[in-house]
Amino acid sequence: MNKPVLVSFLVSGDPNPDATLKFMKALDKYSGVIELGIPFSDPVADGPTIQAADVRALSNGFKIAKSFEVLKEFRKESDTPVILMTYYNPVFKRGIETFVMQAKEAGANGLIIVDLPLQEATEYREICKKHEMGTVFLAAPNTPEERLKISDEASTEFLYLISTFGITGARESFEQMTFDFIKRARTTCKGKICVGFGISKGSHAESLIEQGADGVIVGSAFVDIIKNYGDSEEALVKLEELAKELSEGIEKGYEKRNK
Amino acid sequence: MTCEGYFGEFGGQYIPEVLMPAIDELKEAYSELKDDEEFQNELSYYLKNYAGRETPLYYAENLTKKLGGAKIYLKREDLLHGGAHKTNNTIGQALLAKRMGKTRIIAETGAGQHGVGTSMAGALFGLETEIFMGRLDTERQQPNVFRMKLLGAKVTPVDTGSKVLKDAVNEAMRNWTATFENTHYLIGTVMGPHPFPTIVRDFQSVIGKEVKKQIMEQEGRLPDHLVACIGGGSNALGLFHAFIQDKDVRMVGIEAAGKGLNTSLHGASISKGKKGVLHGMLSYFLQDEDGQIEEAYSISAGLDYPGIGPEHAYLHDSGRAEYASATDDQALNAFMELTRSEGIIPALESSHAVAYAIENAGNMDKDEIMVINLSGRGDKDLNTVIDIMQKRGM
Ligand SMILES: Cc1ncc(COP(=O)(O)O)c(C=O)c1O
Repeated sequence: MNKPVLVSFLVSGDPNPDATLKFMKALDKYSGVIELGIPFSDPVADGPTIQAADVRALSNGFKIAKSFEVLKEFRKESDTPVILMTYYNPVFKRGIETFVMQAKEAGANGLIIVDLPLQEATEYREICKKHEMGTVFLAAPNTPEERLKISDEASTEFLYLISTFGITGARESFEQMTFDFIKRARTTCKGKICVGFGISKGSHAESLIEQGADGVIVGSAFVDIIKNYGDSEEALVKLEELAKELSEGIEKGYEKRNK
Repeated sequence: MTCEGYFGEFGGQYIPEVLMPAIDELKEAYSELKDDEEFQNELSYYLKNYAGRETPLYYAENLTKKLGGAKIYLKREDLLHGGAHKTNNTIGQALLAKRMGKTRIIAETGAGQHGVGTSMAGALFGLETEIFMGRLDTERQQPNVFRMKLLGAKVTPVDTGSKVLKDAVNEAMRNWTATFENTHYLIGTVMGPHPFPTIVRDFQSVIGKEVKKQIMEQEGRLPDHLVACIGGGSNALGLFHAFIQDKDVRMVGIEAAGKGLNTSLHGASISKGKKGVLHGMLSYFLQDEDGQIEEAYSISAGLDYPGIGPEHAYLHDSGRAEYASATDDQALNAFMELTRSEGIIPALESSHAVAYAIENAGNMDKDEIMVINLSGRGDKDLNTVIDIMQKRGM
């Protein structure tokens, strides 16, 4: 990804696995990366929107193995990088190595584990390295400089910049803090940096990319559409519309940046 | 990068990145204040003059005679201001929060005792207070909800998940993620990411220190058995901690067996849980094969947490402490028994520890000594117990 990209997030199994596959295919056209969430019973880093999606999936009997199956199906048609996002317990329970191997076999390019901070991630990183599985760590506006550097080095795909303090969920506008953070990360980090949490509009994407991000990660805004339109044709149309708007915003931001 | 806060393989800091600076700040503040004489004096002052320490160690002669075995002593945390041991920790952490310059405290609560304790400390030290409580718990612990509100706290019912303690923890963590600049998350038991399990244990360990002194005065020797109920494990560790090096003292934690360990309705995370990671720590949790956390159940709102503090997980694995369980029915029976025989109405949580004595004391020698931590009083549970008695036509 040399030009900035849209990273589209979906909760696998919301509202059912077949729908997830359809949604992934629909978003694929506009996305540089697809981030596939594995539902967890206690998603403390997520806001109400994604939490509700996890509940929808789990109460439909969703199992982790299904996430892998969905990804396998998707791989038959697309090479778009897919990053699996989850919490540590599902990984720990399966065994880190088993989890990584299964994810690899299904076609995942990387993993994000939101509650596994660097200092707890030594074994996980070794296993990922051994199986050539990509890793993505997170950084927040209050992450100190030294830690930001290490997080950047530990992230093989991109570093995930959290736009603000708090949890996921679509927001109206972005604060100066987010822009300052992108600039700081831009000068500190060697790898790619993508910004997430709260992005829901083309104009958001435009301004964040203009500031120097390599990508924007959009989750709750897509999940909101699924909440409202479920497993319908309309959902597909709306998802594509939003993805299109976001990628146009990215394009504009990129042009402005290079002026 | 080094890992911190481990008890054997348990503990750690499994938290979202945003919280790292807040956790670092807390760790630094606490390691400074832990040995700060002024801070410790201030804490002792409030524990004595506000909360009413030390609490008595009471020889339950009637119960002892009835059971016909070991001598039973009750550590009367039910007499602490607020009605439970929770106050030891809330005063400690609220003072800590003040020293860190925080203006707001938040907490999760199940039985409501920790919420009440936090609200009292908030009122006492002039800190804005918000309490997260599962919707279901707000319904079964009405008197405590009312107390919190009277004390000036905002009580926020949580409607997600199973609407009980675990979900209240999730909500409090979420809130903290967005507010830590001015807010301290006052965790109510020996759980969470490091340094919380240590902080809470230290503030609760006053219980065991007093017991040690009191039993030497009354019996001239250490007890044979220490018994306490286990939710997250704070009243139990508070009792146990001063005795960990005294290898002849048995330590027994009592988990909630709910409707029975062979049903899915219990809160026994050591007996029935598996190693896992939640709420910032590696410990034992009730969970399925996919690592999804299961709902815990107990008649007592304070015991239906699906996990346990990491230091208990370690004490269990290393064999230093034992863990048993009592069912709802056994706890109810113990509730009645203690009320009738000693005129003390225990919390349903504490009744689980009393149930262990009822099951086992009779088989012990008369010169053995058992200390039960009476973690709280039962006023808050009267509605629950009355409902059950009426249903059973008693
Ligand atoms: C009276 C009482 N005892 C025990 C507990 C269980 O907590 P812990 O295991 O941390 O002592 C509670 C929790 O709410 C309580 O209110």
